[in-house]
Amino acid sequence: MYQYDKYDQAMVDARVAEFREQTRRRIEGHLTDDQFKPLRLKNGLYLQLHAYMLRVAIPYGTVSSRQFRMLAHIARKYDRGYGHVTTRQNMQYNWIKLEEAPDILADLATVQMHAIQTSGESIRNVSADQYAGAAADEIIDPRPWAEVIRQITSFMPEFSYLPRKFKIAVIASDEDRVAMRWHDFGIRIVKNENPENGAGEIGFECYAGGGMGRTPFIAYKIREFLPPTQILSYLQAVLRVWNRNARRDNIHKQRMKILVHDLGEEEFRRQVEEEFQNFLALGQDVPQAEYDRVAAYFAPPPFETGLSDEIDRSDPDFALWADRQLVAHKAPGYAIVNISLKPTGGIPGDMSAEQMELVADLAEKYSFDEVRATHAQNLVLPHVRKADLYAVWQALDAAGLAGVNLDLVTDIIACPGLDYCTLANARSIPVAQRIAERFADLDRQRDLGELKIKISGCINACGHHHAGHIGILGVDRKGTENYQLLLGGSGSEDVSQAKITGPGFDEAGIVDAVERAVDRYRELREPGERFIDTYRRVGFDPFKESIYG
Amino acid sequence: MKILTGNDLKTGAVVWWDGSGWSLHVEDATDAGEHADMILATETAACRVNGGYAIDGVPDDHGKARPAHIKDRIRAYGPTVRPDLSLKPADPDAGSWVI
Amino acid sequence: MADTGETTLLRFRDDAVPDEPAVSLDAFFDQSNATAVRIEAGDDVRLLLPALDRVRLVEIDFPRFRDGRGFSSARILREAGFTGEIKATGDVLVDLLWFMRRCGFDSFAPDAPLNLADVEIALNHYPNVYQHAADDAVPIWALRHPELNRGTADNA
Repeated sequence: MYQYDKYDQAMVDARVAEFREQTRRRIEGHLTDDQFKPLRLKNGLYLQLHAYMLRVAIPYGTVSSRQFRMLAHIARKYDRGYGHVTTRQNMQYNWIKLEEAPDILADLATVQMHAIQTSGESIRNVSADQYAGAAADEIIDPRPWAEVIRQITSFMPEFSYLPRKFKIAVIASDEDRVAMRWHDFGIRIVKNENPENGAGEIGFECYAGGGMGRTPFIAYKIREFLPPTQILSYLQAVLRVWNRNARRDNIHKQRMKILVHDLGEEEFRRQVEEEFQNFLALGQDVPQAEYDRVAAYFAPPPFETGLSDEIDRSDPDFALWADRQLVAHKAPGYAIVNISLKPTGGIPGDMSAEQMELVADLAEKYSFDEVRATHAQNLVLPHVRKADLYAVWQALDAAGLAGVNLDLVTDIIACPGLDYCTLANARSIPVAQRIAERFADLDRQRDLGELKIKISGCINACGHHHAGHIGILGVDRKGTENYQLLLGGSGSEDVSQAKITGPGFDEAGIVDAVERAVDRYRELREPGERFIDTYRRVGFDPFKESIYG
Repeated sequence: MKILTGNDLKTGAVVWWDGSGWSLHVEDATDAGEHADMILATETAACRVNGGYAIDGVPDDHGKARPAHIKDRIRAYGPTVRPDLSLKPADPDAGSWVI
Repeated sequence: MADTGETTLLRFRDDAVPDEPAVSLDAFFDQSNATAVRIEAGDDVRLLLPALDRVRLVEIDFPRFRDGRGFSSARILREAGFTGEIKATGDVLVDLLWFMRRCGFDSFAPDAPLNLADVEIALNHYPNVYQHAADDAVPIWALRHPELNRGTADNA
């Protein structure tokens, strides 16, 4: 994986020093909270319901053992012994003290980590496929371009005070595992298959204007094929059109998706192309040589050859886990291991410092030193020899990390909700826990198959309810928590936006409503159909009858 | 009753106005009445509180303030999903006070 | 620059300070002899490009420091070859200065005075930059590849 050189290190160290200075000015009263807020947000530091919260960037979700041990150290030394994996593949801590935040950043910098641009109106951490470099279906590893984009979008002067946040995702396969089209700007790396026109070239299929929040939009394809070395010009063109033309009078209407919608896709594309030509002419793009330098860090690890693809399935518990949590690896004899952070009754995405250290040890011993964080708030060991799977499973099982529910009904995405978040209107985590308990029976889960439930505690949609096969949105109804049910969303390559079914429910009611929807699916499904397939085939009405009776 | 809450500037801890300073415990919260705005302005300017605001509280049987809205009760108690991290990890009734 | 005290005018130019008051974009096109223009956050600075040869000063206003439209305005002027003064006015906080300098601003008239020691620190925090802008800073990628001399390396 990528290693900082002296330049990267100096920039991160400088950020630590700058933030230390800004924190000092705040604590000494030279900055008001209004002035300090955008500064701390540019560095991932929120003031949440109970304390400050720090969001640490895990660029494109890839983290080394040493870095993961540092995340454990921070949980233990500066927080309350745990952290939370977010839907943007980051790690956040809930109990941070402002006066210690500069020290945390300094500790992170010692392992080439930071919290730069993880919140606020900035260009956020770049998401990428959690199986990058291991997936059998990828065209190339998307992370080198994600790293190049990370660097060029760090401290961009013209775009340092954007109208709102800006999220980028990069994938390199037909399957979309990061909700790419729910991003402000999405890239799917493709290979030009047209024999008339430089066949075999790598290019970027670009999408723009996606986003969740109170006004959800799915990104549209703004460009069929962009030469990768023109990405800086193209990104700047997109950002400039937005920065100059977005509304600035209503924070809820300032995301780029709103501008794309207001201008229309064609007009937005036209303006971007015009600005793109302007930037191209400046000749300031990152050359192939720099991509090659970065890509060298992501060279495949030294996979052993001649390994067997056999897995000893004699332990039935292990076999159950292996059937669900493993994904095909591109190298023979290896597997991608998914680690569930969704134990029944647990908090989706939470993990203790001890669990982080265990995963770090396993990664070091069995996975070429790499861990990945996923947008579904789980972890991945990307490169495990099939011969080592049993040992890995045993270690995970002993640490409560051997859950069997990848993409099943209990693999729920949930935002922190009103238990932690000042913006929330209702709690999300208890709803996730009740649903997981209701469907705890593994045979039932396996029978239901892929079913993605996503829960947000307010319309900001951090729990991706718009993209859930079943979405749940918490609202405040006259001071009590109320939950709306949505059906039919997807964050994958079959992207779609979920629709609200009708009146909301209380906490017990929403769990029952989910169960009624799921039971209805079982009645209606045809062989091989997932919940979402059945829903799309039969439409909303048959579900509505069951849910509302 | 009007009670005042905010966060400690340096630690971020949730605090409540107790009439002369800021307490970690909502039981200490006193009615700020019509002085709410003035107290908040003074305390904010002196950096003794961060992000302070006034909320409605309802006195319980002992005259102690219970924040009217669930969000502020969760602020006062801690995350309901981690009672071990709340201010009253050993109190079995704390959860019902919140909800 | 002295490193004590406060200021409401910072200038990084050696030429004479333009003494003519800046006029609005509309007024500029009504007055054939105006040489100083004021760009509001919502103005399209590109309207000014055909007339740049008679402009000495462009003031770009920041009504709230979170409103970053002025960054694009300044950089567009520099991309068009404008060498006159670009002054940031309004809610100009010390933490914006480095970004503003990189976008081509070379003078600052903030509403609230700037502490000169803070200015000194703010402008010198970062040893390098990750991308081109309107200044002559060489991006890190170019420093890594001295073999690709693209005409910028002499500024390193």
